[in-house]
Amino acid sequence: MTYRASFVAMTVGQALITLIDFAAIAIMFSHIDELGGFTLGEVALLYGMSGFALGAADLLMGNTEQLGRRVRDGSFDAMLVRPVAPLVQIAADQFALRRVGRITQAVAVLGWGLAASNIDWSVPKVLVLLATLVSGSVIFCAVFVLGGAFQVLAGDATEVMNAFTYGGNTLTQFPLSIYPAEVVRSVTFIVPLAFVNWYPALYLLDVEDPFGLPSALQYASPVAAVLAAAAAAVAWRAGVRRYRSTGS
Amino acid sequence: MAVIEVTDLRRTFVVRSKGGRLRRERREVVAVDGVSFGIDAGEVVGFIGPNGAGKSTTIKMLTGILVPTSGRLHVDGLDPSRRRTELARRIGVVFGHRSGLWWDLPLRDSFALLARIYDVPRDRYRTNLATLVELLDLAPLLDVPVRQLSLGQRMRGDIAAALLHDPPILYLDEPTIGLDLISKARLRDFLRDLNAERGTTIMLTTHDLVDIEHICRTVMVIDAGRLVFDGDLTALQRVGGATRTVVVDLETQLEPVRVPGTTVTRVEGPRQWLSFPAHSSAAPIVSALAAAYDVVDLSIQEPAIEDVIRLLYAAG
Repeated sequence: MTYRASFVAMTVGQALITLIDFAAIAIMFSHIDELGGFTLGEVALLYGMSGFALGAADLLMGNTEQLGRRVRDGSFDAMLVRPVAPLVQIAADQFALRRVGRITQAVAVLGWGLAASNIDWSVPKVLVLLATLVSGSVIFCAVFVLGGAFQVLAGDATEVMNAFTYGGNTLTQFPLSIYPAEVVRSVTFIVPLAFVNWYPALYLLDVEDPFGLPSALQYASPVAAVLAAAAAAVAWRAGVRRYRSTGS
Repeated sequence: MAVIEVTDLRRTFVVRSKGGRLRRERREVVAVDGVSFGIDAGEVVGFIGPNGAGKSTTIKMLTGILVPTSGRLHVDGLDPSRRRTELARRIGVVFGHRSGLWWDLPLRDSFALLARIYDVPRDRYRTNLATLVELLDLAPLLDVPVRQLSLGQRMRGDIAAALLHDPPILYLDEPTIGLDLISKARLRDFLRDLNAERGTTIMLTTHDLVDIEHICRTVMVIDAGRLVFDGDLTALQRVGGATRTVVVDLETQLEPVRVPGTTVTRVEGPRQWLSFPAHSSAAPIVSALAAAYDVVDLSIQEPAIEDVIRLLYAAG
């Protein structure tokens, strides 16, 4: 850590920017009392869980965004001839600790959300919350890796990937009850983003699923995370085996 | 014993091009078309061929970057694409067009990072680094960020980086591309010594026949994805019947000069072109010329790879 002051400024800056992001939601609540049946505190809970998961995944796997460039300029070739898994090299390259700013903000919003929501605490609920934070991070990591695999094949697809990571984050910041059932079904069974916060939050808050899906889904986040990670691993391997490199 | 064994290696690429308004045509391009060869431990092999012949594709399959479409290959007993990371410890790779170094880091830090990646023991790293710094004259460059190095300096840095972990096999993809004559000569000397002292097996691709003449005992010529020659250099020149040319500027305009072992192929005023077999020396021809005529200037043209290959086809 050579530039301490710069690091602190960047981290605080990023935390502030993301805080303004939540302020927009808070302002919205000054005109309404509930959004899709959820109070501001409960939305903060959803927001914090999703923000933490994306923040942690971004810290670990956010560099996969650069894969397209690495494929095009040939530096991915150099990674492939070194004796360390390329995903590890990508994650370690320019490891940006300043990204903890996003996590800090998410933890703050989550803490406030937990306090402001009316949660009837029990041991299983604490376990579900902790398991969800880990599972959610794994799910977003899987999405990053999936996007990475796609970039290895296509040479460039950063925007497609962003649609799922940052787009997924924005989508899950709000209660899914405001979306049509098709959206909810696809983020449950296709890209399992609903497991990052929505289902576990229903359990924490003792809310009945507005879409009437089985309540077992509310404990299923770790399962969804394992499946997503497995799918990402398969896709990554397939992507690297089909890698074409560039001319010359 | 062969450290690199390749049998009937093939690689095709699917290219999609716009066909109609919506339809895209799918076309298969064969980059490497049934290549077989073996390289023994301690050999230095030159891999030549025109652009797009399949040299780089073959090297990329030998390193495990690309998966072959079909065929068998073994490098040091391993299937490169299936055991890529394991193989990585035993090979060094230098791509002439791009650097394996970290753009923003000084050379010293890049080397230290690579030593960590390759798990090079501390003592080993220190001795290797000292040797490479001395042989490649890197001492004044160690604290310069890679992006500020000249092409020749960067290439030396890249070669040092590829050798820090003592790989028994070294691949070089066009290592002399873009280098000036002095840098090329130094690099060739280094590679020859490396092979002689450590017994490193070296496979290099190049466009420069002089590289081959100075370093390689064996030459493989690839064209349109097929291996058209595999043997030693003199055999290549005999098979091809390739010629070198002395271009001489005389004091005055003369009839075609008579020098034993040469034929005059062209006369243009006082300038004449004398061709002679590529495997014989230019020295006696030059001295015979200088003894019998008033020579103002002369230069020697080496046969271009493309010409050698063309002659190779004509002969076969």
